[in-house]
Parts: sequence; structure tokens; C-alpha cells
Amino acid sequence: MSVFAMARITLRNLFARPATRLYPSRIKEPHHAAQSRGRIEIDIEACIFCGACVKRCPTDAIIVTKADKEWNIDRLRCCTCNACVEVCPKKCLSMANRYTAPTVTKDKDIFRQKPRAPKEVVS
Amino acid sequence: MANRSVIPFGPQHPVLPEPIHLDLVLEDEKVVEAIPTIGFIHRGFEKLVEKMDFNELVYVADRICGICAFIHSMAYCQGVEAVMRVEVPPRAVYLRTIWSELARLSSHLLWLGLMADAFGFESLFMQCFRLREGIVDMLEEMTGGRIILGVCRVGGVRRDVEDGALASIVTKVRAMEKDMRQVADVFLNDDSVKHRLVGVGILTKAQAHELGCVGPMLRASGVSRDTRTLGYAAYGAVDFAPVVKTDGDSYARCAVRIAELFQSVDIIRQIVGKMPAGEVGVKVSGYPDGEYHSRCEQPRGEVIHYVKGDGTRYLRRYRVRTPTFANIPALVKMLQGCDLADVPVLVLTIDPCISCTER
Repeated sequence: MSVFAMARITLRNLFARPATRLYPSRIKEPHHAAQSRGRIEIDIEACIFCGACVKRCPTDAIIVTKADKEWNIDRLRCCTCNACVEVCPKKCLSMANRYTAPTVTKDKDIFRQKPRAPKEVVS
Repeated sequence: MANRSVIPFGPQHPVLPEPIHLDLVLEDEKVVEAIPTIGFIHRGFEKLVEKMDFNELVYVADRICGICAFIHSMAYCQGVEAVMRVEVPPRAVYLRTIWSELARLSSHLLWLGLMADAFGFESLFMQCFRLREGIVDMLEEMTGGRIILGVCRVGGVRRDVEDGALASIVTKVRAMEKDMRQVADVFLNDDSVKHRLVGVGILTKAQAHELGCVGPMLRASGVSRDTRTLGYAAYGAVDFAPVVKTDGDSYARCAVRIAELFQSVDIIRQIVGKMPAGEVGVKVSGYPDGEYHSRCEQPRGEVIHYVKGDGTRYLRRYRVRTPTFANIPALVKMLQGCDLADVPVLVLTIDPCISCTER
């Protein structure tokens, strides 16, 4: 009977495993696809502070200060479009497949390069 | 004459996914007139063309809507490519077609879920969303984004998908087809569902044409018009015919969308079978100079992106006419004379996407 069109699905679900998982005790591991756009990561030691990422960023989320060797990103502005990763000449920017953790403050993530020891002059 | 009263419906209402406000003029339980108000989430996106160049604007076009995001960016890119006379590689065009059909599947499953929720069938709503999750996962595997795909760019697409991955997508979609048939069976044959949909909100063929309906609204009233038949992207290489029903009621609109689910699965199968090899993008140089009307078929109907450039980095004008905007006059017409209890169902049958409409 057409009244019972749903009955088959309901019965199957009665004996099947739940379609959802108990978040946060069971988190989907790893984040679905390897190439998921989660958050921008930087290998700050490889950065040359050229500012190409700043120019390409459509949301103005990245600020680079060459004098202080500082690279910072506003995670709440970033729309994870991957444009900065594509343009980076040193390939020090990468897209991780994990999302940024939830936050209650509008802080920026600041990365500073360690001062390098001056090169020894070979006499 | 019976007493008239006015009931405000929305912008915050349990059945509405997005904010639209209707002033319902009632005579007892019958709606005499409905006065719509939109503008609650206007984002002024057309002003953005003054400070974002035509390449960056793709990211904005992607974010016009949260459900049919990809088709917006595709329509925009098609417009700019036509102005700049860029020849997009065939593989990119075929990939765009696959993604827009997966977006259609995701949107229609979402709509079916919301519709079930509107007439109070909670478990059916859950089933539709469970199916949709599978489609969204596939999109994430291919593009890296679940809803906002962010893969379209002027001159092609930003990611390629391996042929093996494409074949597995077809296998997954076809496996899902079986589950979709079971859910479709409930929508089309269950007595309680039919009781809420059959004969509710009838729109005749002449009315649908006159009020300028688009998409499934128009096709459910017997007008065979589907923008995909123009053959944009790779639709020219696909064998399909628009789904048309003639009853013009809520049940017909539901049936059109269900038939389009299976049509999309078939289109994806055909496209993957014909997938050409090669590059997925070309380098674009210069700036757009000229104007173009780009038309695409979204899950809700025809969307128009008007692009006008004057030879600089920034576009002169960019305008989007979304399908929901075209369907609102028909909604107002349908609401006249309906029962108050049917209002949520009727609002849902136009598949309202107010974020699109307000931009």
C-alpha cells in the first residue's frame, strides 16, 4: 500500500548503524580528501617576504612586513581560496586539510622568522 | 464580507531557510492577497566591481549563493570569457559540466529535504540530507570545497580530476541512484505526501509564461524551456530533453525536480564517458572590453549574468538576475486563494534562495 512507501526505509534504518557519528567524541579522521581546503599553513623559515600572497589575496587577510620579517593572517577574513598558495614563489605556503579551530576573539596568527646568524666571511 | 486580518509571515519562520517577508491578508483561513518584502540580507555586491578586479570577482560570484555556488561562478566566467574571446579547453568545459550537475543533485536533494520538513515529514527530511551528504563528499574529493567549490576561473578550471577518480564518481552516483529511487517513491506515491501536494497552488501554462517563471516552476506548468538546451558548457554533447509536467501544481513541481535528479545522474555518466584529455586552463592576458549576457540553468531556473568591461582591470557593470527573483511574482499569484496551512508548502515549491535574490 502506498501509505507504507516509507516503511522499507524506516525498517532498514531500524537495524542499520547510525548514519551520523557522535561528534566531538568521534571526529571524521582524516578530513575527507587530501586536497580539502581547510586552512593556510606557512613554513616561515623558507619565506622571502616578497608580498605576492598579499597582492593576490581577494579578502586582504594577509599582511607581510618585510622589515620585521613578519607574516600574519586573519583567519576569519581568509576565504581559503588557495590563491596565495598558487602564487607563492618559494612554495612555503600550503593548504592543510584541517579547518581552523573555532575562536571567540578576532586575533591574527603572527609568524616571525628567527634572525639568522650572519654568514661567516671566509678570508 | 468576512473580516480581514493581516498576518506577517517571516522573515524569521521555522519553515523558511532564508529571510523573505510576506504580509498575508486573510479572510478566515483563506489568503486573499500576499505582499512580499525582500531586502533583509542585501550585501551590495554589485558595488564590489569597483574595487575587485575581474579575476578576483570570481571568488565573489562563487559566494552569491550557498547552494548553487558553482553555477554562479561558471556563468560569470562564461561571460568574461565571451567578452575576451578566450577559448576554454574542452576538458575544463566538461569538468564544469560535471560539477554543475553534481551541484544540481545536491540542490534538488536539499530542496526535497526542506519540502519534507515543510509538510512535517521529519524522517524523510533526514533521508534526503543523508543522500545529499554523499554528493557533497564527492564534490569535496574532486574540488577541495564542499559547498563553495572555488574551482572556476576565467580561462578554465583550477583543478584537474584524474580519469580514475571520475570513473569512481560515476560508480558512486549510480549506486546512490537506487537510494534516490526509494526516496522518490515516497514523494510520488505516499498518500500523506500526495494529500499535501496534489492540486495545491495550481499555475496554468499561460500564467507561468505571463509571470515570467523559470526553471522547474515553468516546466511543471507545461512549458518546455531549459537553458541547458542552448548547449553552453558541454551540454551540446549530451543527449537529454527537458523534463516537463503539465499539471502545474505542487506535486508536478516536486515530480519535475525528482525526474531531474535521475537526468543529472545520466548527464554525469554521459559526460564522463566522453571526457576529452588535455589542459584544464589557458592563460588569460588583457582586460575585458565589451558586454555579454551569460545564461545558465541553475537548479532553480535560468540565471543571467550581465558583464560589461571597458578595457580596464575593473568591470564597468556586473548584474545578476537570479531565478528566485523571477519566480516571486508567480508565488504571489499562487498564494491568492490558498489555505493558510498551505503557505509554507507553496513558498517552498518555488525553491526560494533569497541570498541569491538579494546579492
